[in-house]
Amino acid sequence: MIPLNWLISLSAIVFCIGVVGVLVRRNALVIFMSVELMLNAANLAFVSFASHLKSLDGQVFVFFVMTVAAAEVAIGLAIIVHLFRLRETVFVDEIHLLKG
Amino acid sequence: MIPLFLGFAALLVITSLLVVLHKNPVTSALFLVLSFSSLAGIYLLLHAEFLGMVQIVVYAGAIMVLFLFVIMYLNLQHDVETGVQIAVRRGIGWLAGAVLLLAGATLLRRGWALGPANEMLPDAGSGNVAAIGKVLYSRYLFPFEITSILLLVAMIGVIIIAKGRARPAGENS
Repeated sequence: MIPLNWLISLSAIVFCIGVVGVLVRRNALVIFMSVELMLNAANLAFVSFASHLKSLDGQVFVFFVMTVAAAEVAIGLAIIVHLFRLRETVFVDEIHLLKG
Repeated sequence: MIPLFLGFAALLVITSLLVVLHKNPVTSALFLVLSFSSLAGIYLLLHAEFLGMVQIVVYAGAIMVLFLFVIMYLNLQHDVETGVQIAVRRGIGWLAGAVLLLAGATLLRRGWALGPANEMLPDAGSGNVAAIGKVLYSRYLFPFEITSILLLVAMIGVIIIAKGRARPAGENS
């Protein structure tokens, strides 16, 4: 039996790596990958609690999260492709229309 | 079991770090595949066989193929990561991540109360696919059906976005 503390700590570490990726990188695609990392960290927390409580509800939730993640990736990548067609870049620094 | 878990955990952390640190987006994506696979291994160790398989099929398979396809379609070069502004922002980013990790660690050091264990035991012998199916099609039937609408909405949205803006009628090319 893997201790719950370890699992939650691992989940926290991966989540923080995702946060750092979103804050540090400029490439929209890599930022998107970091968001996926954060989603996966949350999934890991769900699964570890589900396993600890001997309940299946957490695993069903992870299933739903995966569905939402798939939809999110499809739409996000479509937006990035569209952005690239309009502005010829995927670097978030160079996309500053709202800045005026 | 513990050594396996430690191995998968180390792989997960290292590959996640490489996803964030590597300059080339293609390499980042491939490391992300590896990190998803090691997460699937951890799911298997936690007796979540169904999720482990779905993790590989959906994440490491479908989603990452989508990522790689878009990266190659856009023909991206390496990130240009120079300049004082970038360095400052990068420092702030790492600091924020470290603070978040510290906050999580402080929270984790306190004890927390866990609810009572549920009666619904995952069937350890034959895997938990059947058990998940039963729960999914009885208690979570409505959310499960709503998921199909969500996917439909995403599909229509992607088609609309990818098609671009519709031109007014009568305008040529």
